[in-house]
Amino acid sequence: MTEIESALDPILAKYHRDPTALLQILRDAQDLSGWISPEIRAAAASALAIAPTRIDSLTRFYAHLYDAPRGKYRILFSDNITDRMAGSVALMELMLKKLKLERGKLSADGLVSIDFTSCTGMCDQGPALLVNNLPATRLTARRIDEICGLIRAGAPLDQWPAEFFQVEDHIRRADLLLGAPKKRGEAIRAALALGAQGFLDELEKSNLRGRGGAGFPTALKWRSCRDAPGEKRFVVCNADEGEPGTFKDRVLLQSFAATLFEGMALAALVTGAQKGFLYLRGEYSFLRAPLEATLAEMRRENLLGATIGGAKNFDFDIDIHMGAGAYVCGEETALIESLEGKPGRPRIRPPFPVTHGYLGFPTLVNNVETFCNAAAIATIGAAAYASRGTKQSTGTKILSVSGDCQRPGLYEYPFGVTIAQVLEDCGAPDVGAVQVGGAAGNCLIPEEFGRRIAFEDQPTAGAFMVFANRRDPIEAARNFAHFFAHESCGFCTPCRVGTSLVAGMIDKIAAGHGAQYEFLDLKRLHDILRASSHCGLGQAAMLALGDMMQKFKPAFERRLITRDFEPDFDLDAALARARELAGRDDAAAHLGEDI
Amino acid sequence: MNTSSAPRKIRIATATLGGCFGCHMSLLDIDERLLALVEIAELDRSPLTDIKHCGAKIDIGLIEGALCNAENVHVLREFRANCKFLVAVGACAINGGLPAQRNRFDVGDILSKVYGDAPDGRSRVPDDPELPLLLDKVYPIHDVVRVDYFIPGCPPSGDALWKFLTDLIGGRTPRLDYPQFHFD
Repeated sequence: MTEIESALDPILAKYHRDPTALLQILRDAQDLSGWISPEIRAAAASALAIAPTRIDSLTRFYAHLYDAPRGKYRILFSDNITDRMAGSVALMELMLKKLKLERGKLSADGLVSIDFTSCTGMCDQGPALLVNNLPATRLTARRIDEICGLIRAGAPLDQWPAEFFQVEDHIRRADLLLGAPKKRGEAIRAALALGAQGFLDELEKSNLRGRGGAGFPTALKWRSCRDAPGEKRFVVCNADEGEPGTFKDRVLLQSFAATLFEGMALAALVTGAQKGFLYLRGEYSFLRAPLEATLAEMRRENLLGATIGGAKNFDFDIDIHMGAGAYVCGEETALIESLEGKPGRPRIRPPFPVTHGYLGFPTLVNNVETFCNAAAIATIGAAAYASRGTKQSTGTKILSVSGDCQRPGLYEYPFGVTIAQVLEDCGAPDVGAVQVGGAAGNCLIPEEFGRRIAFEDQPTAGAFMVFANRRDPIEAARNFAHFFAHESCGFCTPCRVGTSLVAGMIDKIAAGHGAQYEFLDLKRLHDILRASSHCGLGQAAMLALGDMMQKFKPAFERRLITRDFEPDFDLDAALARARELAGRDDAAAHLGEDI
Repeated sequence: MNTSSAPRKIRIATATLGGCFGCHMSLLDIDERLLALVEIAELDRSPLTDIKHCGAKIDIGLIEGALCNAENVHVLREFRANCKFLVAVGACAINGGLPAQRNRFDVGDILSKVYGDAPDGRSRVPDDPELPLLLDKVYPIHDVVRVDYFIPGCPPSGDALWKFLTDLIGGRTPRLDYPQFHFD
């Protein structure tokens, strides 16, 4: 056995040499040397009896799997607009300068690399970065200085001051879910007392709707999964919280994990599933160890495992499955593909996961907050639950508030709260716009602050980013456009090409080279992307931009040139290299302005 | 007898920049419909007429090929300045196409490799002012001028070109049916 093979062996054994676990195997294998080296690639492929190109398909798809060395310290600055507003770009430049590095390039000594990554879910305590997947929050110039010192000294991460990695909950307003943690086991015991059918009836009466954003009736989904034909069933919790500006799942996972796991167990009770997965986004790796500890405690307390709560035939356990930096995996069928060890490309629906999900079996996928709500319903009963919120949107919604406000953090409200109320509570005077629902959400302006957070008015998965009047909407538009261009999985042409065209056009307009031509073209692309993209990513990619172009039209138009077109690059400079090689500088060797 | 003068004919101009003339071949592929076309249209600047510069008031300019060198830019600008509708025809005009395969290399390296490896070690990169200089990259035409319509294909079929032209001349927004741009 070579050195690599013997290092890989325990990892492969842990996952029973099952190619379905390929993504997990590669994540663990990457920790051996910081990247998927050709040796690891060859050894893993031969041990799993798969083509090496299957490994390539993952390393190329997942942003946090590397097919080139990235250094002992892999620094990734969170690139959400809220990080930018808090000064992340200048801090990154400072760090690059101090370490004499170029963005995305490994230092000559192989020590460190610095780059951007999509929103890391620390918007209430940004600017943030990830160092080897560990989040460092509340960055300042001084903190960057200290981090550079530790990197130069080669200090291992466990010797860095713990306060660097402190992640605060910032619970500003608590209601049903964010109040004092429930007594562990209460929800399961209450549901067992009702029985599986009894609890499903209760869930239906509560009118709980999915909290991932789409608002599908939860009881209907659970029933469909239960009634779908199949030898086994699976319960999956979508904790791939990648929507820029959203971080409520992070807090639920950090401080209310037992409630979540109880909610998953309730889903198992109803559907008859024996196996559950928590799909945790790679950026939340720091939560894995405490979550595993909670799972272990719950097994000891007979809240997971065999005959849960002493109930015959109620066997259920949960595995944690890590993501590796792919926003699209938050789409439920992409998430299932990823669970199966493949690139997370959305499947064609129907069939829906409730009938054909993980490995083709009926699979229930719900958001973290949905499961927590299910547990709350078991505890307090449907009637008390449905008394909160509105008729069509019962219960509470957790908002992740960030941006230009005095008290960023989590605010849990009964559904129906107005935008204006949230802004008052978080301390945000002089607001120009609020981005509700993340980069894939809507941009609301003061005239719309009377609107309510509810499925029947302004639905949201939870992001609530506040922009002061002084902010330039084009900066937010550019940030979102580049986010989608980066996160498009590349499967369908409208999204792959469209998101890149959009990013290019907004850059051109922002740089002062755009004309009405580009502005109109953006509107055309808006329609094409929405109508013809394969999944929700492409369909929603221009939602916010469309809002901004309509509501902040002058902010775009004042940058437009009055001529009908100009290139966004210097044509004469494009001839420079050929001039140099030919040794020419005559008039014909130059391109003037087009008149 | 109708004495009113015939309506002015539609003026069409065509050019090939960095392309293979395949799109022009497709234009000839409309076959006997060429006769119908010349009833209502006349060709201005085009490789088919050998007219060297655009006349005034051209209605439709069809551009095949990508921008590879300075001369391509001059031709394209002349077309934009004189044509009411400028149309990118085929993959090279729209995306850079095959010529854009050089975009992954530095144009200086390419020139040195091609002309600089003489046995005597002397560079022979052509330097005659008559020869247009290469651009650093191959560009699609909409990177440099405003383009009104795009006809996809490598090349677009004669049927596609015919449908496009009859739509445009007839005042309808040009649309290609799926089979007209479905190639595999």
